[in-house]
Amino acid sequence: MSDMTPKPNLSPDVQAQGGIGTAPVPATEHGDHLLHDDHDHEHHDQHWLWKYVFSQDHKQIAKQFLITGMLWAILGGTLSSLFRLQLGWPEGTMEWLKPVLGGWIQAGKLNPEFYLALVTMHGTIMVFFVLTAGLSGTFSNFLIPLQVGARDMASGFMNMLSYWFFFVSSIIMFSSLFIETGPAAAGWTIYPPLSALPQAIPGSGAGMTLWLVSMVFFIVSQLLGGVNYVTTVINLRTRGMSMSKLPLTIWAFFLTAILGILSFPVLFSAALLLVFDRSFGTSFFLSDIYIAGQALSNQGGSPVLFQHLFWFLGHPEVYIVIMPAMGMVSEVLATNARKPIFGYRAMIGSLIGISLLSFVVWAHHMFVTGMNPFLGSVFMFLTLIIAVPSGVKVFNWLATLWRGNIRFTAAMLFAIGFVSLFISGGLTGIILGNATLDIQMHNTYFVVAHFHLVMGSSAFFGLFAGVYHWFPKMFGRMMDEKLGYIHFWLTFAGVYLVFMPMHYVGIAGFPRRYYAWTGFDAFSQFADMNKFISIAAIIAFLGQFIFIFNFFYSIFRGRRATQNPWNSTTLEWTTPIEPGHGNWPGEIPAVYRWPYDYSKPGAEQDFIPQNIPYSQTQSSNLPYEQDMAD
Amino acid sequence: MTALTILLVLVLLLVVFGLLFRLQIFTSIFSGTFTRDIGMSNSVNAILMLVFLIGGGGWFAYSFVENFSKMNPPIASVHGHQMERMFWITMAVLGVAFAITQTLLFVYSYKYQHREGRRAYFFAHNNKIEVIWTIIPAIVMAALIFAGWKAWTRITGPAPKNSVVVEVMGKQFNWLVRYPGRDMKLGVINYRMIDAVNEWGFDLSDKSALDDFTTNEIHVPKGVPVLIKIRSRDVLHAVYMPHFRVQMYAVPGMPTRFWFTPTTTTDEMRAKLGNPKFNYELACNQVCGGSHFAMKATVIVDEPDDYQNWYAAQQSFSQKNPDVLAAFKLKAKTMVTPVASSTEEKEAAPTPLAASY
Repeated sequence: MSDMTPKPNLSPDVQAQGGIGTAPVPATEHGDHLLHDDHDHEHHDQHWLWKYVFSQDHKQIAKQFLITGMLWAILGGTLSSLFRLQLGWPEGTMEWLKPVLGGWIQAGKLNPEFYLALVTMHGTIMVFFVLTAGLSGTFSNFLIPLQVGARDMASGFMNMLSYWFFFVSSIIMFSSLFIETGPAAAGWTIYPPLSALPQAIPGSGAGMTLWLVSMVFFIVSQLLGGVNYVTTVINLRTRGMSMSKLPLTIWAFFLTAILGILSFPVLFSAALLLVFDRSFGTSFFLSDIYIAGQALSNQGGSPVLFQHLFWFLGHPEVYIVIMPAMGMVSEVLATNARKPIFGYRAMIGSLIGISLLSFVVWAHHMFVTGMNPFLGSVFMFLTLIIAVPSGVKVFNWLATLWRGNIRFTAAMLFAIGFVSLFISGGLTGIILGNATLDIQMHNTYFVVAHFHLVMGSSAFFGLFAGVYHWFPKMFGRMMDEKLGYIHFWLTFAGVYLVFMPMHYVGIAGFPRRYYAWTGFDAFSQFADMNKFISIAAIIAFLGQFIFIFNFFYSIFRGRRATQNPWNSTTLEWTTPIEPGHGNWPGEIPAVYRWPYDYSKPGAEQDFIPQNIPYSQTQSSNLPYEQDMAD
Repeated sequence: MTALTILLVLVLLLVVFGLLFRLQIFTSIFSGTFTRDIGMSNSVNAILMLVFLIGGGGWFAYSFVENFSKMNPPIASVHGHQMERMFWITMAVLGVAFAITQTLLFVYSYKYQHREGRRAYFFAHNNKIEVIWTIIPAIVMAALIFAGWKAWTRITGPAPKNSVVVEVMGKQFNWLVRYPGRDMKLGVINYRMIDAVNEWGFDLSDKSALDDFTTNEIHVPKGVPVLIKIRSRDVLHAVYMPHFRVQMYAVPGMPTRFWFTPTTTTDEMRAKLGNPKFNYELACNQVCGGSHFAMKATVIVDEPDDYQNWYAAQQSFSQKNPDVLAAFKLKAKTMVTPVASSTEEKEAAPTPLAASY
């Protein structure tokens, strides 16, 4: 056998067999061979390149996504610290950064065009590379097969490609930071004509080209991943795992993947048309432009068209970011409150409602672009309706805590923090979704504060909750709880200290993406507040290194995990402490009950795993369950 | 100094948290109750939840009140006052929802912390309360949508017939301003005719362009509807006038517009604020390049009489630039067909924003 066959490539048929348990597989020591146990010895020598780098194991790929995402998050956070320095101390010198930033510091001042590059890259990195790939990529990959009871994704190879397309995309985006004209600088929304014309800003030269190329790879990665997630959830559920027995995490990942599949291609088309306008002289988005002493020949294009295309992805995108966090938070809250999630079906219904609505609200980003005001009315109506399913989710989370028996694990703290941030940020969306009020608030710091709370920080909190909660399953060890507590309280306080005052600044009308507001009387009254926000932001960012230390330290030195450290009901905790490729050494367990049988009256323990049949729990069965047991 | 204080407070907090969690391990070890499972840190965290609710809520309330005057810049337009009212009413509604949900979240977290021997209440769903908390937000949202929709259609509706017209054009990185002149008609402009002198690209073969005049500042009369027509000649910009609650993008190739009625003259506002240097400002609010943050114009609200006088005293672009006019005349003689204009804009009667789309 050659080293070139990395892992047993599981066809869905094989998995289905494993899944329905008709092909009992002998347990092996490492559990990663399935039907290949006679080849046991070869896999011991499996080359590290196939095991850790070009792995097709969904768990390994998840870790790759996670660690790449963490590197991106550090970079994204560093960029934000740089521009917060500029905003907090507009008169201060930045000469000391010259060794790092070189020519972008001129006479001790940050170059204003580089400032725009910083905010653009911060947004791009955080939205796409951290919160889309890092969050959904990590946990969709890690949890879908484990929680639905599958050996691996439907296509391990496509899954591997998904990561490596993301990797190439990352390399291209990262390299754009080092070119002479700087990275893309037209805002993460890359509105043309600014993004189309290098004459308008140097970042729209090679930096923008790299941005677009990187995004094309990114979209391919998302689609490969998304198709895999949807297929796996539909086809590879274990015996008994009906859709109405899926944990809410899986529902969230499933719907997220569908949103991605339907909306990312539209961004692809927008990017493609922009490439045409930039390089081949077309006029999709350009018209009547006189720039740098020259009238361009482009006629008849519409910059507003680009915004429609962009936000057709851009709005579902914020739900792509937040829904996996919602799913994981539901799971963590139920587990640690030792209570069933309240209103399981309503939770699924509201996820579906949010998913559907997310496709018909995009133009609320465009109320004042000159779009027909009638459209504005329609989109205001559709946008504000989203408050209803979102409200249902919040109330259900609160009801889940009510009369629970709460264990404050680090994951639980972040889940509670998520709910708090989601409320705070979500409510201001009701202001912004109102077209009338958006006239004043559009593109101010009110918007910045809103989305940093409701999708930025919340999604990060979901990510942290997920990492703390599933770390034992990922690495077979526990993260340090005390460090987790400190990390949580520092971050939680930090996030509020940064973003609450930002609302005040926004209500006063401060425009976003301003290098300095010292030139305007109307905007100059909040100099102290900006300093305050900057300090809080930088400290909160530095606090994240507690987490990073804890993460890497615990991988090697953490306390060893037990098989089911949180006494959870879902299937991933029925695997060995460190599951090999194939997840279960023997047969895949069948599922008999929903995933939230916590603190069931009459049960011996305060949780009953999904794979325990009703016949074994006579004392706690509800009447209709008793029928199934008989 | 503030920086240092904040830093100190946060460092102290960190130390306190650290000690709290450490101390608790030591005490539990000494008292022999040390277990790795659910220890005292659970109640410490539960108490911190309550502390966060009270401390955080208190800080938020304090800082909100403290900064309230700063976050309410003076308003000087008719619809601005309506929007202001709607904004704070909505904020009050949201404030109630915010207070209730956040309080429940933290109080529940504290109250239902783990207790040995207690079991959580198995409560999976209840259709009645779920319907209630679906319907109540839906009703509140319906009311907000209705109020917002009514105001929106009024604000974006057609400008009154007697509106004063002014056109602004965004360019990297300043605002060009022009008025229709005595004939009250904005003349034809063509971006292909733009050069260093003719920044607007006036097509002076069009008669209505001859009396158009350009200015550096925007003058508008008090108490009269003002229709601002908006263009851009390079990238996206946005006309943002926070004091008038006005915002609209400037889109190359697609003229847009916004109308409003100023209520307070610049002089009145200066007296009211006790700030003799006060000016209404027009900021660019859509990122447009390196000097985006400095792209500003001054807006001056005059008494209607002063405005009339100011208007009458302005010299038209063609008068100021006889060379440009002469060049157009020459061209008209030599060429048989006049230059085709791409951006015909002759109607003076204001139409809704929609018409420009």
